[in-house]
Amino acid sequence: MLIFLLRRLVQACFVMIIISIISFAIQDKLGDPVQQMVGMTVSPEERNQLRNELGLNDGFFSQYWRFAKGAIQGDLGTSYYYKEPTLDVILNKLPATLELAFCAILIIVLVATPCGVLAAIKPKHILSRLLMIVSSIGLSVPIFIVAILMVYIFSIELNMAPSFGRGQTTEVFGLWESGLFTKDGLKHLLLPSLSLAIALMPIFVRLIRAEMMEVLQSEYIRFAWSKGLSAPRIYFKHALKNTMLPVITVGGIQAGTLVAYTILTETIFQWPGMGFLFMDAVNRVDTPLVSAYLIVVGGIFVITNTLVDLIYGLVNPTVRLASHGL
Amino acid sequence: MKIKVMITCCLALILWNQAAATTLRMAFDADPVSLDPHEQLSESTLQFSHLVFDPLIRWKQNGQFEPRLATKWQRLDAQTMRFYLREDVTFSNGNPFSAKDVVYTIHRLKRSPDFRAMFDTIDAVSMVDDYTIDVHTTYTNPLLLNIMTYVFPLDKTFYQGHDEIIKYGETFASSHVSGTGPFILMNRELGSRMELKRNPNYWDKDTAGNVDQIILTPIHADSTRLAALLSGDVDFIFPVSPIDIERTKKIPGIQLVTLPSTRILLLHMNQKRRVELQDVRVRRAINLAINKPLIVEKILKGYATPAGQLSPDRFLGHINGLEPEYNVSKALELMKQAGYEKGFRISMMAPNNRYMNDEKVAQAITAMLARINITVDLKTLPKAQYFKEFDNRSADMMMLGWQSDTMDSNNLFEFIIACTDAKTGLGAYNASEYCQPSIDDDIRQANREMNPERRLRLLQQIERTLYNDAAIVPLYWQSLIWAAKDNVKIQDIVNDQNYPHLGDLFIEKQ
Repeated sequence: MLIFLLRRLVQACFVMIIISIISFAIQDKLGDPVQQMVGMTVSPEERNQLRNELGLNDGFFSQYWRFAKGAIQGDLGTSYYYKEPTLDVILNKLPATLELAFCAILIIVLVATPCGVLAAIKPKHILSRLLMIVSSIGLSVPIFIVAILMVYIFSIELNMAPSFGRGQTTEVFGLWESGLFTKDGLKHLLLPSLSLAIALMPIFVRLIRAEMMEVLQSEYIRFAWSKGLSAPRIYFKHALKNTMLPVITVGGIQAGTLVAYTILTETIFQWPGMGFLFMDAVNRVDTPLVSAYLIVVGGIFVITNTLVDLIYGLVNPTVRLASHGL
Repeated sequence: MKIKVMITCCLALILWNQAAATTLRMAFDADPVSLDPHEQLSESTLQFSHLVFDPLIRWKQNGQFEPRLATKWQRLDAQTMRFYLREDVTFSNGNPFSAKDVVYTIHRLKRSPDFRAMFDTIDAVSMVDDYTIDVHTTYTNPLLLNIMTYVFPLDKTFYQGHDEIIKYGETFASSHVSGTGPFILMNRELGSRMELKRNPNYWDKDTAGNVDQIILTPIHADSTRLAALLSGDVDFIFPVSPIDIERTKKIPGIQLVTLPSTRILLLHMNQKRRVELQDVRVRRAINLAINKPLIVEKILKGYATPAGQLSPDRFLGHINGLEPEYNVSKALELMKQAGYEKGFRISMMAPNNRYMNDEKVAQAITAMLARINITVDLKTLPKAQYFKEFDNRSADMMMLGWQSDTMDSNNLFEFIIACTDAKTGLGAYNASEYCQPSIDDDIRQANREMNPERRLRLLQQIERTLYNDAAIVPLYWQSLIWAAKDNVKIQDIVNDQNYPHLGDLFIEKQ
């Protein structure tokens, strides 16, 4: 276990260094940050002076070296727009994104599992067939269309949910601003989390169905039937548990997709989270913030993948960690 | 029991207060980057300045000046103007307003990198008494009043001592504010929300404005912004994308308000990069081949005015009757005369998220130029990357939109047409590399000419030369489009610079 974690740590370091180099290299392609800071009428000479003050005229390696030195001490630079350390800005917006992702995952688990199981147990049932059709439509429709459609139906036509923003938030233990504890906050969460969930749901329904059907064919399930165990016990205790292993793996990989989808969802719903922050930063050429975001998200990836591997061991003790993950 | 009653009373009071207060929830496409009004000369900064500060004078919808903190003004001599200030004004923190604040503000403007260029013309400001100042200019300046619309007096006692202007760092002024304006900033979450409440001691008691509270949310995505209005989550939005206009018009309870703006969209034809473009016949042919009225009608849904010159009709240099001409056969004839019957290949760049439907307009132009055998390699970029390319003059043809800060033709000429001079900053956006010394002379003269008749002739002469030389391709003047609920009377408070005077906004109770 310890060796596994150590190996992971070394790996993570390499990954982070590569991410930081890449995120730094693309900065130049984003545009000119100084252009965003000054009015149209400021002379090129003055702009150049500002660029000098910011160190933007230095070579790539000296800029990267300066950045890396700060990064090791936990300083990922200062945002041009927010004028605060980038890490603070991102951590400030993190709770909003986490809450959104949490609600979406909750919806996925609560809806996809029973749907997948139903489709596996009764593949010929009309409901299962309908589910499969809907899920293939879901797979092929882009999230922004789903989101815009939901805004149109639920907030413009039916006036049931607000169309943008996070609504009223309350402070939880003095740690973060949460929208989970007020009616207004929950109302605002509804559409974004639903559209995020819809984007990811089909793949899970199909995966659970396929895996479960395979498991149901296996020897030990047949044995369980012949032993006369009750159907719910076989389905949920024996079959489902073994189905979940690959589902968790895919879930870990999908965490990345989730991050990408939060960028879209948050932009459409003006959700003040990290994804929205990132899109904004790209548009404003806030290069320190863009780099910091990529590094933080890279870190989240590494951590979730490590956690997924650990959960693996819990679900199926026959998986040995030390031989896994490299 | 007693406590219970008290709580109930308090709650009732709060609820009653909320019911009585008129709140304006608005969504614009940007929020101010800083609370410091002198940090960046941008639309959102000036919109904010009109809320929390007051200008000395401001533009009315009809193009006249309206006295605000300056009650009247008078010219003492060719280079000096005297301003008389309002006496009953206090800043939001209680400090009294007087001439020293105005003097201080103008001095600070002269230090601001963004405003410096405009205020360079003022070489001295002196206090005559507590409520009178004299503004002295280096040379005679016909546009002094236009410039004074940018003076939003700051509270000297509040700012002095820690009033540095820094573009990329936290300063006192970028996070603290004390102004005389109709609204007081309550709280602000940069990039997502701004809350203001009405200044109870505001000097202008005659205004019809009845907004007690403003909640401003910047929403970048056009569809989200419109959805917020249609679902009733906000009351007032800007801008409305042309594609949504027809739909919005049909919705009951929503009004669309539009004004022609002074922002000119144009194409530069780089004469240094391409020999072909040095030939006036080719430039004229390009002008003739682009059907501007059609672009306005089809792509901008009529929300623009086709342009045959740079100056909109509100500006002094505007020549009546100088209309855009569209004539493909004439254009082909000119190309033939110039020896380019078979045409040539040319590169063009345009932004894709800066101006209204900019990418589609560029694509349409590409198709139109194909008819006179000019093959255009079009590349469109997001604005952040586009303006870097623009500065490098990376393509043979480049799109630009320009709004004159001084509401005068000469500002257009100085930045877009004058020969490029890195030292003075003239011609900084002249991606045509067109250089006509006689125009530069006229620009310089027009900057000092106090006689309106003679000044008019100078500016029109420049406009005429540009037309005869076909130096650039003027496309159209973009319109501004706002949308609001019917009971929000925005018609009277919006203007062609897009600085809505929200202090005067009246909201009908429903």
